[in-house]
Amino acid sequence: MIEVLVFAFFAAVAVAGALVMVMAKNPVYSAIGLLTAMFAIAVFYVLQDAHFVAAIQVLIYAGAVMTLFLFVIMLIGVDKTEDTAEQIPYQRPLAIVVTVGFATVILIAGAQAWITGSNLFEVDDLNGTIETVADALFGTWMLAFLSTIFLLTIAAVGSIALAYYSGPGEES
Amino acid sequence: MILTAGWYMALAAVLFSIGAAGVLVRRNALVMFMSIELMLNAVNLTFVAAGSEMGLIEGQVAALFVIVVAAAEVTIGLAILVAVFRRRSTANVDELAALKG
Amino acid sequence: MIDLVPVLVVLPLIGAATLIIFGKRIGEPWSGWVASALVGVGFVIAAGLTVPLISGTTESESIQLFTWIPGLGVEASLLWDPLASFMALIVTGVGFLIHVYAVGYMHGDERYGRFFGYMNLFIASMLILVLADNFAVMFVGWELVGLSSYLLISFWFIRPAAAAAGKKAFIVNRIGDWGFLVGLMLIFAAFGTFNYGTVFDEAPTVLSEGTATAITLLLFVGAVGKSAQIPLYVWLPDAMEGPTPVSALIHAATMVTAGIYMIARSAVLYELAPATLVVVATVGAATAFYAATLAMGQRDIKRVLAYSTISQLGYMVMAVGVTAFTAGLFHLMTHAFFKALLFLGAGAVIHSLAGEQDMFRMGGLRKLMPVTFWTMVVAWLAIAGVVPLSGFWSKDEILAAAFAHGPYFIVLWAVGVAAALLTAFYMTRLMLLTFGGEGRWPDGVEPEEAPTLMTVPLVILAVLAAIAGIWNTPWRLGLEHFLEPSFEGVTQQQPPEGQAVVGLALIALVATVMGIFGAWSRYNKAIPAERSGFWKAALNGYGIDELYGKYAVAPGRAIAGWTATVLDQNVIDGLVNSVGRGVKSFGVSMSDTQTGWVRWYGAIMVAGTFAVLLWLLLSGGLF
Repeated sequence: MIEVLVFAFFAAVAVAGALVMVMAKNPVYSAIGLLTAMFAIAVFYVLQDAHFVAAIQVLIYAGAVMTLFLFVIMLIGVDKTEDTAEQIPYQRPLAIVVTVGFATVILIAGAQAWITGSNLFEVDDLNGTIETVADALFGTWMLAFLSTIFLLTIAAVGSIALAYYSGPGEES
Repeated sequence: MILTAGWYMALAAVLFSIGAAGVLVRRNALVMFMSIELMLNAVNLTFVAAGSEMGLIEGQVAALFVIVVAAAEVTIGLAILVAVFRRRSTANVDELAALKG
Repeated sequence: MIDLVPVLVVLPLIGAATLIIFGKRIGEPWSGWVASALVGVGFVIAAGLTVPLISGTTESESIQLFTWIPGLGVEASLLWDPLASFMALIVTGVGFLIHVYAVGYMHGDERYGRFFGYMNLFIASMLILVLADNFAVMFVGWELVGLSSYLLISFWFIRPAAAAAGKKAFIVNRIGDWGFLVGLMLIFAAFGTFNYGTVFDEAPTVLSEGTATAITLLLFVGAVGKSAQIPLYVWLPDAMEGPTPVSALIHAATMVTAGIYMIARSAVLYELAPATLVVVATVGAATAFYAATLAMGQRDIKRVLAYSTISQLGYMVMAVGVTAFTAGLFHLMTHAFFKALLFLGAGAVIHSLAGEQDMFRMGGLRKLMPVTFWTMVVAWLAIAGVVPLSGFWSKDEILAAAFAHGPYFIVLWAVGVAAALLTAFYMTRLMLLTFGGEGRWPDGVEPEEAPTLMTVPLVILAVLAAIAGIWNTPWRLGLEHFLEPSFEGVTQQQPPEGQAVVGLALIALVATVMGIFGAWSRYNKAIPAERSGFWKAALNGYGIDELYGKYAVAPGRAIAGWTATVLDQNVIDGLVNSVGRGVKSFGVSMSDTQTGWVRWYGAIMVAGTFAVLLWLLLSGGLF
């Protein structure tokens, strides 16, 4: 029962945060909205016994990624607010229709399975502690883990290169 | 009413659609980017929900990986954005229409 | 031994293929020697295979080659019987002499090798025609000789007149071939096969007179085209644009005789259709006379000979029309000798006068070109029908048979005699204008005798033209006996008995002498101008070409023009172009989707995903 209430409350928070993000004129407000949504999602992780993931979500996503976003907003476009007039013809209506339709379709598709549960699996209670995750991560999925090293290295190097890039004709 | 994994997936679908709408409707590159982050988050939620439904830890492992990749992607994406802004001094995505035709 | 028969056909075919492809490389004069040798070997083989037929040690035989059209049961097979061997000997023998002559005549031509390739192709085609064992193979040969004729007439195709003449020959022949083809279809419908043996054996029982008349008339249409009878003769005078050896070989000795051969071969069918025979004989006699009148007014030496050929072919057609098949074939042989001789001699004259063909600008050549002169004298006397040369025997046999055939045919006999008179007249005219009197050629031209390579065939042909009569005199019908096995079941018209023959021969001889004398008195002293009245009309071919042009060619041209512009350009090209235009405009309209805006692309992507999901949902039945 408590679970359901918590879920309902934080679901509302998440959706509200998302809507704020999409509809706010000021990019900083959008960033805050997203941050809120991310916190709510962390709560959902906790509800599902994915404790480690929840911690990482807050640390990395809310902590590092959003901070980065806020920095960049600071560099570009804090003062600038978009004008609301839409250039591309039919974009707004099309977008609304498409996304609403999209959501509807997904919800309908999963309705049966989602509401009553699929009953396909024997559920052991997952223990989402760091030990369990680490067992899987450094055991079965070692290769994938190691390749993320490359990924992050490349990302770091790339961002530095882009920082020095000044356009064609100028070598740095 | 039992809170099955399906509820989380439904919520994730809604969040995903809102993120998609954000990408399509907003012109500010930063806000578009953030909408994409929201979509990634929604997918993460789905992963974890599916993992808990199936009783596998791999759901959470996948979510971890998604977070890692998203972090790397944000790094590069924002670096590109800054570089573009320096050239054109606008964050309006519609201005970048050189591939027209 | 009989297996050598296919070799007869294959040898010149190989020669044709080799010389057409490699002729330029082989060059003068080896192309000519190779071609002549192949034909010469063919003659030797044919002669070797004929000897047993004469002595009666072998019978006629069919040689199967391969199955050609299984669906219709048509085999590719050859027949070796007296008639086939007779024709094969003429084709290869005269063909060989003309090839040798052409080695000298075509000297210096830049497409020398190709010429001999085409000549060999012709020999091969003609042999296919005469050696065929069924109507289908004969038709193959029929068409191939038409093709060879076209190639050779328009050999100097740079001249527009030559190209036009080749086209005219092919098209007019086509009209005849149409009739021939429909006749073949009727034969197949009636008999279910094309094979000579089967058709001729079953014809008396299977064919009604109506069907036989239809078939034979249609086949005769083919003969009218190929053998240049009225009304399809117009291509032959124009065909003189080809080199003279071509005129000699194809348009005198062999190809034009294909129609006669075909009728003689199908004698069984013709005997079942008396109505057709009347038509055939009438057309033949009419053509003989008509063409003779036209020959009288020509100025070009080759055109005189062309009309003369049409006229003599008329005699042959008249002969087969009165069922004197052997007589017709006998005249075919003697005509091959003296007409080829006349053409080759004319070629020598033209050659020595640097291309001059107008007789009114010749004259006085008898001293300067003695061999040519004397051999042509022999030919002249032969064609005029002076005893004892070959032409006399063959022509008189035809006339006598016509006389004996029935009351109506006596009229045709009289026409034939009149034509003989005219023949003597225009041939004497030709000889006098060309060889008699004083030279009228332009200055700077020095005529001299032709080289030995060209005169030797002339001499050989002259000898043959002189003595060939011996092979079918009324007292010893050698040829008729030889050809008997090919005419089983056919009653041939014989000349009248006893003294009547001599009387008829005398009448013909008198006509000949009158013709010669008439021409002699006219042309021996002064050369008349001959520019008006009858002479002008004859020179113009009585305006027949213009008539055909107006009523046959012009409508055809109009239809062709309409098809080329309206149908081809507007409809067909329009269709193709509109497809191209449609694709292009579709592409242009599609490029409107490439707006360059990321959000637009994103929207389309999401819409696409939505559509796919929707489809999956609906088809999967998850509702």
